[in-house]
Amino acid sequence: MDKVTLTINGISVTTNKNSSVLTAAREAGIYIPTLCYHPDLQAEGACRLCLVEASGARTLVASCVYPVSEGLVVQTNTPRVRAARKLVVELLLANHPKDCLSCQKSMDCELQKIAADLGVRKIRFTGGEMKAHTIDDTNPALVRDQEKCILCGRCIRVCSDVQGMDVYSFAGRGFHTMVSTAFEEGLEKISCSYCGQCANVCPTGAIVEKDDTAKVWEAISDTTKHVVVQTAPSVRVALGEELGMPAGSVVTGKMVAALRQLGFAKVFDTDFSADLTIMEEGHEFIKRLTTNGVLPMITSCSPGWVNMIEQRYPDLLPHLSTAKSPQAMFGAVVKTYYAQKAGVDPKNIVSVSVMPCTAKKAEAVRPELCDSGFRDVDIVITTRELGRMIREAGIDFDALPVEQYDSPLGESTGAAVIFGTTGGVMEAALRTVVEVITKKQLPKIEFTEVRGLDSVREAVIPVGDLNVKIAVVHTLKAARAMMDRVRAGTADYHFIEVMACPGGCIGGGGQPVPVNWDIRKQRREALLECDEASILRKSHENPEIIAIYKDFLGQPLGEKAHSLLHTHYTPQNRK
Amino acid sequence: MQHIRAHVLVCGGTGCMSAGSGKVIENFKTEIEKKGLSDEVMVVETGCHGFCEHGPLVIVYPEGTFYCRVTPEDVKDIVETHLYKGRIVERLLYHEPLSLEAVPSYKDIGFYKKQERRVLANCGRINPEAIEEYIALGGYEGLAKALTTMTTDEVVEEVKKSGLRGRGGAGFPTGLKWSFAKAAVNEKKYLICNADEGDPGAFMDRSVLEGDPHKVLEGMAIAAYAIGSDEGYIYVRAEYPLAIKRLRVAIAQAEKLGFLGENIFGTGFNFNLHIKEGAGAFVCGEETALMASIEGRRGMPRPRPPFPAVAGLWGKPTNINNVETFANVPLILQKGADWYCTCGTEKSRGTKVFALTGKINNTGLAEVPMGITMREIIYDIGGGVINGKKFKAVQIGGPSGGCLPESMLDLPVDYDSLISAGAMMGSGGLVVMDEDTCMVDVAKFFLNFTQSESCGKCTPCREGTKRMLEILTRITEGNGHDGDIELLEDMAVNIKDSALCGLGQTAPNPVLSTLKHFRHEYEAHIYEKRCPAHACEKLASYTITDACKGCGICAKVCPVKAIAGDPKRKHVIDPIVCIKCGACMAACPFKAIVKG
Repeated sequence: MDKVTLTINGISVTTNKNSSVLTAAREAGIYIPTLCYHPDLQAEGACRLCLVEASGARTLVASCVYPVSEGLVVQTNTPRVRAARKLVVELLLANHPKDCLSCQKSMDCELQKIAADLGVRKIRFTGGEMKAHTIDDTNPALVRDQEKCILCGRCIRVCSDVQGMDVYSFAGRGFHTMVSTAFEEGLEKISCSYCGQCANVCPTGAIVEKDDTAKVWEAISDTTKHVVVQTAPSVRVALGEELGMPAGSVVTGKMVAALRQLGFAKVFDTDFSADLTIMEEGHEFIKRLTTNGVLPMITSCSPGWVNMIEQRYPDLLPHLSTAKSPQAMFGAVVKTYYAQKAGVDPKNIVSVSVMPCTAKKAEAVRPELCDSGFRDVDIVITTRELGRMIREAGIDFDALPVEQYDSPLGESTGAAVIFGTTGGVMEAALRTVVEVITKKQLPKIEFTEVRGLDSVREAVIPVGDLNVKIAVVHTLKAARAMMDRVRAGTADYHFIEVMACPGGCIGGGGQPVPVNWDIRKQRREALLECDEASILRKSHENPEIIAIYKDFLGQPLGEKAHSLLHTHYTPQNRK
Repeated sequence: MQHIRAHVLVCGGTGCMSAGSGKVIENFKTEIEKKGLSDEVMVVETGCHGFCEHGPLVIVYPEGTFYCRVTPEDVKDIVETHLYKGRIVERLLYHEPLSLEAVPSYKDIGFYKKQERRVLANCGRINPEAIEEYIALGGYEGLAKALTTMTTDEVVEEVKKSGLRGRGGAGFPTGLKWSFAKAAVNEKKYLICNADEGDPGAFMDRSVLEGDPHKVLEGMAIAAYAIGSDEGYIYVRAEYPLAIKRLRVAIAQAEKLGFLGENIFGTGFNFNLHIKEGAGAFVCGEETALMASIEGRRGMPRPRPPFPAVAGLWGKPTNINNVETFANVPLILQKGADWYCTCGTEKSRGTKVFALTGKINNTGLAEVPMGITMREIIYDIGGGVINGKKFKAVQIGGPSGGCLPESMLDLPVDYDSLISAGAMMGSGGLVVMDEDTCMVDVAKFFLNFTQSESCGKCTPCREGTKRMLEILTRITEGNGHDGDIELLEDMAVNIKDSALCGLGQTAPNPVLSTLKHFRHEYEAHIYEKRCPAHACEKLASYTITDACKGCGICAKVCPVKAIAGDPKRKHVIDPIVCIKCGACMAACPFKAIVKG
């Protein structure tokens, strides 16, 4: 790659010739504040915070979009630059609610940090008009408060460019410019998957997950309730970030300890039900493969993805595996199998789940997910919300001991833990499917051909005398392209894994912010380490799984398994 | 062969049309028929003459008699008296506003005398829907010459040599711009004509498109040949239905004759043109926003680089010029750069069309040589300020421009002089203001325009112009305070330096230029709570003078009962109760109420 050398603040910097000035400055350790810029997204140069002086330019230029060139001289810290940046922040604050202390995004807010960094002490435009919008909180997953929106457009870009959903767009002009949905409808009326990527990239509190922590506190303090919790695979490698630890920290044991301290009666693992999912989904796949069923079969664990296909590809619903997601399977067995085993009246059980995902909140309230006779999952909180609960309870997370999950829904395998990353469900399924079909031990259980971070990956896996053609897809944009192919009949796969979020659940819409590909990769590496460190790495070898089939469910795809662990899908007619 | 002894040219531009010229044309046809003159007199619907203030306009050739404000009822008289009896209809002639003399001939009217009509030469002279008339006046000669006798390099060189600069605003050298697009290596290149005319009061592009559409098409075809493009767009506002109609007619005619489309003049050069109707967003006149709009996206500018010449429409190298720029091109090719340079100044060659509006006698379009003084435009062509009022300022360059005071009237009008005076050429809007105009209010008007037309993308423009507008508003309402002027200046300088596109970067200009030349008016509003022009209602005060006869009409019309007084005695206005609506002043039969 060709290099160029430029001068930034008197320092000579050599960088890739396609870099922006911002990238070059950051490489050289020079901090330039940004708001509309996000490393995952196409730079827009809109907020005008990253302004710098560049030789030859008549005005200040936005460093996030200004290309480097040989001999360019850049100044990032002059009175002219500081005055312009300060005015930008002052103007944004003049049109922003002054409720930082009670804002859900407080301390995670980029605007707040930049205002502090730049030393904005006075806002000269008091008493002027401010934007006025009603809060959109009628859906189960996300809350949009446009009065906090600074129009950086990151939500628009992530939703269109990464997710391909095009839910948001700018509308209006001048001071009344806004980020609008179709017809300015609430998210529950339009074709939104609730993936929450918009909340992940929103620099302020304008889009946040719906906070359900109060419901959890209430349940925990109700002595008549038996409150149990499940934690999704990817939460253990991300929660640490909420609590001041570096990305990629594995905090499973401390998390279990913290949940006990918060007052949960039992701390269980969604990994258990991920193993259960593999048993059902794996056998469903074998059945479809051997009985001329609808192929390709597509995974159904990711609720953002399920929403998308129900909304935009309803004709392809027969391709979705009928196996419930791990969260939903857990909900169905905790109020049946566990209740029975523990001798607890299921009506007194409150089933809470900690998820990396905002769409899981919407999944939990799907009307059909009550096969236990009760609401299978009562409350869903995200990784971010659990972090807030731990802080609120005053728990010194660092000092916590490492504790183990409770039994019987706490045992799991390495196959389950990798559900948290793109390719993980496919790899876990293959570990079981190949052994069930061939009735032979796999010599090597890592299916490295499905690993990686390309948005579409494909492989041909020999299974006995059969060549199984599989594909792994993440991001809804890639999923849409894949569904177009399935619809056109040009996707000749047997099995496709789809996860809605970039990187899979490690990049979920409920995970800690900030997030970028470096952070996602570290979370992913941590998950793979968890798998490698596991003694059991195949779902069908989980002793608690063997026990639940023996004592309660019968056979995979059997009658009881079918009634509790499988579901159906309904086209969603949205705008 | 039929011998036509007289041509009756009736203006069919939007201005005259809305004043009733459609009916005038109809009446001419019936009246001429009635008189049995159909074989010897021909009625032609032309494009705009520019003298819209006095429309509908009718010119009778061969004499060139100029009739103005012709109503459908007047037609009978013109046919009877002029066409039948050969006598001029005196009452319909134009009268000079200062001397009040009647001027029978088109060419002797002050409004036209100092003009140099090159771009507008055919406007009002030919039927814009007849390509033959354009060809008869030398049309498509420039294209023929370029395609058959010149290399693309030679065409670019000729335009460079002519010194033509962009007529849309910033005045970038056209030939240089073409050379960038020409140099871009790509099998597909686009050419765009920016006809998204949006400055308040400006309508020169509409006039050219309506009156001489082929000139623009020819200019575009020459440019396309020069840069190596085979496909072009004309981005024209949907509010210009007549211009769009005439463009469609013109494109179809040019395609039929082989001046557009495939294998033009048999040279193998192809150029296909599309019309894209814009929805009327002002910011779509900014080239990157315009291209986004053509692509079907929201019209929002994007940062440059990359410049359109490198990555423009659909990511392909693109050259974009405005209507008036393209309309200059055929002349340069037809008559040569040397001829072109005979007009204008060293750095601003050729002519510029200005739209004269505001408190001026002759509103309309005037094409003048670059370098003419502002005084000549306003007084010699424009006929001076209406009602003999005192001149205060002229606003030039639209919302991005600035206001120049009387002391700058002898400034030569060219790109660089205007910039150094704190204004800009812009698209050529020229708004004249008299002593009754408040300069703070003017700044507020333009800022209100840019604020409501801001695309909302960048913070300084979206939020900054809003706050500046709020400050200006409070100043005009008597709520300004110490420090407001300095705050405005600080914001203006920062916004110019930090906004994303030209709209935001120039939005503070009206504030800066009025502060520069009329700072005392701001100070009077802020510190003395008065508007020197008596224009700001909230600062006005009404008083009853001794001329009052005590008739009581003012007290009756006052909606808030602020006026009291005994019959036949002088009345008094209670300033606390008064809402400054001005109803009393309008109603007073004795002019006894004054505003101060």
